[in-house]
Amino acid sequence: MARTTLLGRVAWYVAAVIERRDESETARTLVLKVPQWPGHNAGQHVDVRLTAADGYTAVRSYSIANATQGDLLELTVEQVPDGEVSPYLARTLSPGDPLEIRGPLGGWFVWHPVALEPVQLVAGGSGIVPLMAMIRTRAQAHSRAPFRLIYSVRSPGATMYAGELRRRALEDDGLAIAYVYTRATPPDWPRPTQRINATTIAESVFPAGQNPACFVCGPTAFVEAASGFLKEAGYNPTRIKTERFGPSGGTS
Amino acid sequence: MSTPTFFDGNAAAGELRDVFATDTTNAAGQCVACGAIAPLAQGHVYAFEPGIIVRCAICEHPLVRLVKGAGHAWLDMRGLVYLRLEIP
Repeated sequence: MARTTLLGRVAWYVAAVIERRDESETARTLVLKVPQWPGHNAGQHVDVRLTAADGYTAVRSYSIANATQGDLLELTVEQVPDGEVSPYLARTLSPGDPLEIRGPLGGWFVWHPVALEPVQLVAGGSGIVPLMAMIRTRAQAHSRAPFRLIYSVRSPGATMYAGELRRRALEDDGLAIAYVYTRATPPDWPRPTQRINATTIAESVFPAGQNPACFVCGPTAFVEAASGFLKEAGYNPTRIKTERFGPSGGTS
Repeated sequence: MSTPTFFDGNAAAGELRDVFATDTTNAAGQCVACGAIAPLAQGHVYAFEPGIIVRCAICEHPLVRLVKGAGHAWLDMRGLVYLRLEIP
């Protein structure tokens, strides 16, 4: 899959927005149709290029949210207040509008469904997006690889893919999901609001002895903290792959 | 601001794919300054127009500098001892 793009330049494509849906209070998913799209691997991203009337351009990276599916591509965009690109993508861009993208990009923060080993996913906020692509790819490929996800999120309303995650936790055999709420919890939630810490990590992740492949994605500070806790829990640092983005936008 | 905002090498994949024939995020490079060996994806990326800098995640030494102008790309890789690229 996507083997054809391993050599040679990665093309810029003109995608067409065919659908837009709310994913949380602040995030939207854009469904794009990309003629000639070569397919992608779970965890890859694209660069999005916006060009203003005066020729000024801005390029940002966004993780791909869907499992590869013909010429369809889904990007989930968290709107960053005062962002240069994300408000346009999340609010203004509408079905029928064109969008320039380059990809698929990245060969390191990638999960291949041929792998059978356990997979530990750790998401902070919109860092869920590339991990969702892995969960969807696992289901699409009928993979039996055991998956666990810890999803740290501000509040129930900020949770992306909330309904789908609830359904998959019940239906996808071998997928377990744990939530950490940092600002507001659902009613009757047994825990106070908290940040991810050594205890929440220890309670939810695969034992270090199972040596899972580990993918951590989120804001820089979250990724540093979470991978630190994983190492304290005995995880081999070389098994932990991270993808981080800054508060100004960037990857997802 | 005490710590500048950075992304990581994953975010540099697109710009580097303009000059490399293969993916660089999965390529292991050795830092000239501290000797650490890590995939470029783990590097810290500072992106300011018109270029990007990939720094060592351990010691922050600049590994790769890429600046693009009209019709040319300037690539400075003196911060790397080597880069081990996957060739399919």
